[in-house]
Amino acid sequence: MDRLAFDIAHFLAGGLVLISFVLLYQDRLFALLNAYALQALTLAFAVAWQAHIQEAPHLYITAGITLVFKALIIPVALHRMVARLGVHREVETVVSLVPTMLGGIGLVALSMVVMLRVTHGADPLTREDLAFALSVVLLGMLMMVTRTNAVSQVVGFMSLENGLILAAAAAKGMPLVVEISVAFSVLIALIVIGIFLFRIRERFDSVDLQALDDFRGEHR
Amino acid sequence: MPVSAWLLGDAALLVLGFLGVALSRARGGSTLVYSAAFVITALLGAAALARLLGGGQAATVTLPFGLPWLGAHFRIDTISTFFLAVINFGAAAASFFAIGYGRHESEPGRVLPFFPVFLAAMNLVLVADDAFTFLLSWELMSLASWALVMAHSRDPANARAGFVYILMASLGTFALLLAFGLLAGADGHYAFDAIRAHPPTPVLAGLILALALFGAGSKAGLAPLHVWLPLAHPAAPSHVSALMSGVMTKVAVYGFLRLVFDLAGPADWWWGIPVLTAGAGTAVLGVLFALLQNDFKRVLAYSTIENIGVIFVALGLALAFKTNNFGAAAALAMTAALFHVLNHAIFKNLLFFGAGAVLTATGERNLGKLGGLLNRMPATGLFVLVGCAAISALPPLNGFASEWLAFQAILLSPSLPSWALKLLIPAAGALLALAAALAGACFVRAYGIGFLGRPRSDAAKNAVEVDRFSLVAMGFLSLLCLLAGIFPGIVIDALAPIVRGLVGVSMAPQSAVGWFAIAPIAESRSSYDGLLVFLFIALSAMLAAFIIHRTASNAVRVASPWDCGFPDAATNTQYSPESFAQPIRRVFSGFVFTTQESVDMPAPGDLRPARYDLRLRDRAWEIVYKPVVGGVQKLADVLNRLQFLTIQQYLSLVFAALVVLLLALAIWT
Repeated sequence: MDRLAFDIAHFLAGGLVLISFVLLYQDRLFALLNAYALQALTLAFAVAWQAHIQEAPHLYITAGITLVFKALIIPVALHRMVARLGVHREVETVVSLVPTMLGGIGLVALSMVVMLRVTHGADPLTREDLAFALSVVLLGMLMMVTRTNAVSQVVGFMSLENGLILAAAAAKGMPLVVEISVAFSVLIALIVIGIFLFRIRERFDSVDLQALDDFRGEHR
Repeated sequence: MPVSAWLLGDAALLVLGFLGVALSRARGGSTLVYSAAFVITALLGAAALARLLGGGQAATVTLPFGLPWLGAHFRIDTISTFFLAVINFGAAAASFFAIGYGRHESEPGRVLPFFPVFLAAMNLVLVADDAFTFLLSWELMSLASWALVMAHSRDPANARAGFVYILMASLGTFALLLAFGLLAGADGHYAFDAIRAHPPTPVLAGLILALALFGAGSKAGLAPLHVWLPLAHPAAPSHVSALMSGVMTKVAVYGFLRLVFDLAGPADWWWGIPVLTAGAGTAVLGVLFALLQNDFKRVLAYSTIENIGVIFVALGLALAFKTNNFGAAAALAMTAALFHVLNHAIFKNLLFFGAGAVLTATGERNLGKLGGLLNRMPATGLFVLVGCAAISALPPLNGFASEWLAFQAILLSPSLPSWALKLLIPAAGALLALAAALAGACFVRAYGIGFLGRPRSDAAKNAVEVDRFSLVAMGFLSLLCLLAGIFPGIVIDALAPIVRGLVGVSMAPQSAVGWFAIAPIAESRSSYDGLLVFLFIALSAMLAAFIIHRTASNAVRVASPWDCGFPDAATNTQYSPESFAQPIRRVFSGFVFTTQESVDMPAPGDLRPARYDLRLRDRAWEIVYKPVVGGVQKLADVLNRLQFLTIQQYLSLVFAALVVLLLALAIWT
C-alpha cells in the first residue's frame, strides 16, 4: 500500500513537471490556457492524494480551492480576457523553443540535485515532492523570462504558484490559513494583472511587453 | 551596587532628555536640565568609584527586551567600572560647567534634549553585555552626538561637519557589526558570555582585530580615520565638545579593549604591530595638525587625536608584551594606557571648558583675534595654564606621569624575542617623543597667543571673567590634574584590578614605595616622585619670586627710549599664530600635509593692503578618501544602467540570481 501511495504521489507530482514543459512548448494562447487548467487540475489531484496519505483533512480544502480557483475560474477568466482583448493569439518568444526546453531540462536536473542533497534524511516522498515543486517553480520563472506576451507571463506566474502549493502540501504541517491566503493573493494578483492587461492594450493595441519598453524609450 | 541601579540612572537620563524638549522653552529650563544631569552623573560616578575601590564582583542582569531570543544583557565588571567612573565624572564636570555656560546658548531646544540622551547612551555602551545592546547603545551615542554637532547647523561648515561625522560613524558601526558577526559565529552567540565561551579561530581573530581598529578607531580618531573629528568636535557647543573629545573617545577605547582584550580570545604575537603603528602615526599627525590650527577648539580636537595615538601606542605595547609572555611589562603598558585615558578625560575637558569660557567672554575661537586674556580672565587663564601644562606632559602634573609610564614600557622592549617588535617599538617610542615635544610647542603657542601678549581685537580687549559655575568646574578639574600628578602611585594602585582583568597581572603595589614615589619596574632602575618635584618647583619658584621682589621690584625703574625692538604699539606686530607655527609648517609640509602659500604684494604707491594666503590640507583626504569617493562614483555610474532595464531583463536578473544561488548550493554542499 505504502509503495502504491508513493508511486501515485510521484506520478502526480511528475505529471506537474511534465505539464510545465507542455506549457513551455505552447505557441497559441488558448492552448496555453488549456494546458494551464490541466496543470491546476493535476495539482488538485496531487494535493488531494497528499491529504489522503497524510490523513490531513485540511489539505482537501486546499485541493478544493485549487480546483475551483485555478482549474476553473482563472482559466475561464483568462479565456474571456484574451477573447475580449482581441489581440493576436500567438505566443511571442524571446528565446526559441528548443533552447528553452533544453534549459528547462537543465533546471529540473538542478533542482533535483539541490533538493535531494539539501533534504538529506527527510521522508523520501517529501524529498521527491519538494524537488518536483522546485522544478515547477523554476520552469514557471523560465516561462516568465522567455515570453514577451503579458498573458503568457501571467500564466507563467500562476504556474510558478502551482509549484509553491505543491511544496506546501508536501511539507507537512503548513497551516491552512497560509494556503488560503496564498490562494486569495493569487486571485487578487489575477484581478490586478487583468486590469493592467486591459490598460496596456488600450494604450498600445498589444499586450506585448516590448511596446511598454519602447514607450519608456529605454529599449536598448 | 547592582546593575539595575545603573540602568535606573540611565533611564533617568533618557527621561531627562524627553523633559528637555519641554524645558528648553521654559525660563531656567537649561539650568534645571544641566543640574539634574549633574546630580545623576555625579551619583553614578561616585558609585563607580566606590565600586572600583571596594573591588566589587562582576554583576549581571538580563532584561526582556531587545532581540526576542536574546534579551538585553547588562554586566558591570572591573573594566566597565573604571570607564564608568571616568565617563560619569567627565559628564558631571561638563554638566556643572554647562549650568553656567548653557545660559548663553542661542538655541537651547537643539541641545537640551540630546545632551542627557548622549550621556545615557555612553553609559549604556559600557554596561552592555551582548552584541545587540552594545551596537544599539553605540549607535544611539553616535546619533545623539551627531544631533549635538548639528545644533548650530545653519553654519554651512557645521552642516558639512555633521555630514562627514554621520558617514564615518555609520562606517565605524558597520565595522563593529561585522566584528560582532564574526565573533558570534554561525550559531549566533550574541551574548558576551557565549562569545567568551567560543573564541574565534586565529584567522578570524586577526580579522576581528582589524575591524575593531577600524570601528573603534574611527570613533576614537585614529589616522587616517580621524578626518571627521576636527570638523565635528569643535562644531558642537563647548561643553559637548568637551564630552565628545574627552569622554566619547574613551568609550571608543573601551570598545576596542572589550573587543580585542576580552572577546577576541588569545592574541597572536603580531597583534601589537598594527596597533602600535596606527597609534604612533596618529600621535605625530594629530599634534602636527594641532600646531597649525588657528581655531582654539580645533587645536584641542587635533590634540585629542594625538592623545588617542598615545593611548593606542600604550595599548599596542601591552598587546606585544602580553602575547610574548612579559606579564609585568604588559601590566606597565596597560596601566600607562588607562592612566592616560583618565588624564586625557580630565585635561581635555578642562581645556575645552577653557575654550568655551573664552568663547563666552570674547565670542572668538580664532587665536589670531585673542591675546592678553590672562589679565582680563585671571582665573580662567590660570586653569587653562594648568591644563596646557598637563597636556604637554610637564611634571608634576598628571600628563607627565602617564606618558612617563608609557616610555618606561618602551624601554623594556629590547628584551622581546621578536625582531619586528624589537625594531618597531623604539621607532614608535621616537615618534611618541616627537609628539610629546611638538605637543609642548603646540600648547605654548595656543596659550601664549591666546592668553599672553596684548589683545589683538576689541573683543579680546573687552573680555570679562566668566560665571562661577564654569570656574568651579575648571578649578575642580585643575585640582584633579595636580593631585593625579602628585600622587600617581594611588591612581596606579586603583587601576591594578582592571589591569589584572585585561592582561592577567598587575603592577606591584606602589604604596610600598616611600614618599608617594612610583617605581614601575624596580626602584634601582627608575622612579619618579611627583610630590618631591612639586615641592621643589613650588619652593624654588617662591624663592625666585621672593628674591626678585626683594631685590628688583622696589627699585625705581626708568624706561628705555629704545623699546627693545618693539617701538610700534600696534598689536599685530606681535607673534601671530601663523608665524609661530611657520618653522614647523615649512619642515613638515609636503609629506604630512600640503600647504600653499601665496603672497600678494601691492606695487609701490598702491594703497591696498598686502595679502598673505595660506591653504593647509590634510593629505589623508587625497590619499585615502579621494580614491574611495572616485571608486564609489565609478561604481555608481556602472550600476546606474540597472535603472534602465526592460521588464524582461529585470525578471531575467531575478531568475539568474536564483539559478546561480541554487548552483552554488548544488556545488558546495
